Amino acid sequence: MPSLTSEHAATPMLKPRIVYRHSLLVRVTHWINALCFALLLMSGLQIFNAHPELDWGNVSTFDRPFFSLTAQEDGNGAIRGVTTFLGHSLTTTGVLGASRDENGDVVPRGFPGWITIPSYQDLATGRRWHFFFAWILALNGLVYVLNLFIKRRLTRDFVPSPKELRSIPHAIIEHARLRFPKGDEALHYNVLQKLAYLSVIVAFPILILAGLTMSPGMDSSFPWLLDLFGGRQSARAIHFIAASYLVLFVLVHLVMVLVSGVFNNLRSMITGRYKIEEQGR
Amino acid sequence: MRLNVKLTRRRLIAGFTASAALGIAGCDRLSQSRSSLSILDSAEDLTRSIQRAILGARDTLAPEYAEADITKIFKPNGSTEADDPDYVAARQENFANWKLVVDGLVDKPLQLSLAELRQLPSRTQITRHDCVEGWSCIGKWTGVPLKEVLDRAGLKADARYIVFHCADTLEQTLDGTGQYYESIDLVDARHPQTILAYDMNGAPVPVEHGAPLRLRVERQLGYKMAKYVMRIEARDEFASLGRGRGGFWEDRGYEWYAGI
Repeated sequence: MPSLTSEHAATPMLKPRIVYRHSLLVRVTHWINALCFALLLMSGLQIFNAHPELDWGNVSTFDRPFFSLTAQEDGNGAIRGVTTFLGHSLTTTGVLGASRDENGDVVPRGFPGWITIPSYQDLATGRRWHFFFAWILALNGLVYVLNLFIKRRLTRDFVPSPKELRSIPHAIIEHARLRFPKGDEALHYNVLQKLAYLSVIVAFPILILAGLTMSPGMDSSFPWLLDLFGGRQSARAIHFIAASYLVLFVLVHLVMVLVSGVFNNLRSMITGRYKIEEQGR
Repeated sequence: MRLNVKLTRRRLIAGFTASAALGIAGCDRLSQSRSSLSILDSAEDLTRSIQRAILGARDTLAPEYAEADITKIFKPNGSTEADDPDYVAARQENFANWKLVVDGLVDKPLQLSLAELRQLPSRTQITRHDCVEGWSCIGKWTGVPLKEVLDRAGLKADARYIVFHCADTLEQTLDGTGQYYESIDLVDARHPQTILAYDMNGAPVPVEHGAPLRLRVERQLGYKMAKYVMRIEARDEFASLGRGRGGFWEDRGYEWYAGI
């Protein structure tokens, strides 16, 4: 199986090269991961809505969470959605705290129905979706990570060298100008890609461990999980924060896929083949 | 060439939006379909098997906390009082003549008063109560280990589950399936931290927390810990009880195994 090898010998004509960029295993695990993450995010927000606030430590404070999506009754009977973070409140009616239900009435609701599974309030069903796809995500991730170690690709593909780290400011400027590496430089991930993908490889295990820390069963076998995350409610908060980070990653990832050649990128994640523009003048 | 790309890109975004909308509608339909829910349920069996493989063999204990960790306000959830006529009558006498019934697949059915329960060996534990909704509180519970009661009644060989019949009706239904009940298997029933608590934070369990007797199953979520326990029944199945899934919340879609 060719790997990152040129199918056409580079010629002085600067013809684009087609390289085999992603192995079948990477492509399959990528799309399974994408599907699982979307479903886990949406069912996770359903679960969050059952208690739409976050606390630090082992127990809930109920009266002073550091983050909450609540609903308040206005003087004239209307419901107002309020997002509170570290004591600062913001009216977010229609999206956070209070939004329209399936009948069109504004009701108290953490995250709105269009971003939760199911779209209506149903914690029990949200949990069933969440734990089913959590298993698939974890097993899929295990396959991916095992492959990463067996093929020794973690350091080669994702850990930047000191030289690359020094080039971060330059890389940021180039990205901001939408100028992306070409030629041999495009055969491997650039420093910003490496750091972004590496952060995801780290964030997923944190997310999974923080999720498991919320399980009273797991806590009895692995009490160190509580020490690691600072308590069950901290673990719930970290689970939420890690998921939010991954949402941010996905948004940046999608934008970069669009601006750096959507067809080439999509093709490389479907067929494995990636076109490399030669370094022109 | 460039125009082509743009058009297709726009089409791609439109296609993505449409498929996302379809996807959400599809998730709702799948959420209401019995067959897809049963596929999702397979994860529960996997979770239970794996957690039991980790927990079951070693009787691992849920973390216990210090007096200083006890939550000032312990949130009462579900029923905060019970309306079963026998219960209401017993409560008026401050449970002086109340008796816990232990029957089903046992050699010697029992009726135990609170005074008799208090004379049995006791265990005090300061534990974290984790609600399925996501919140947690820490409280101190004193009670008789369920194992002590079951040993005195003597479980028959075919007993597989312990069912807790409660005095509270959490949902008004015509067929009576709104009455609270719960069930656990013998692994949890014999766990040292599984107790029938009569004291909470050093005083008799308050009514809103399930007076006079509340089950504690510390390695599972709050809804397993039945309040207002009136009768304990040993059974070989629970499919013929309530709506057949082993508990009030289980009948309404929640997992029977609530370890996560």
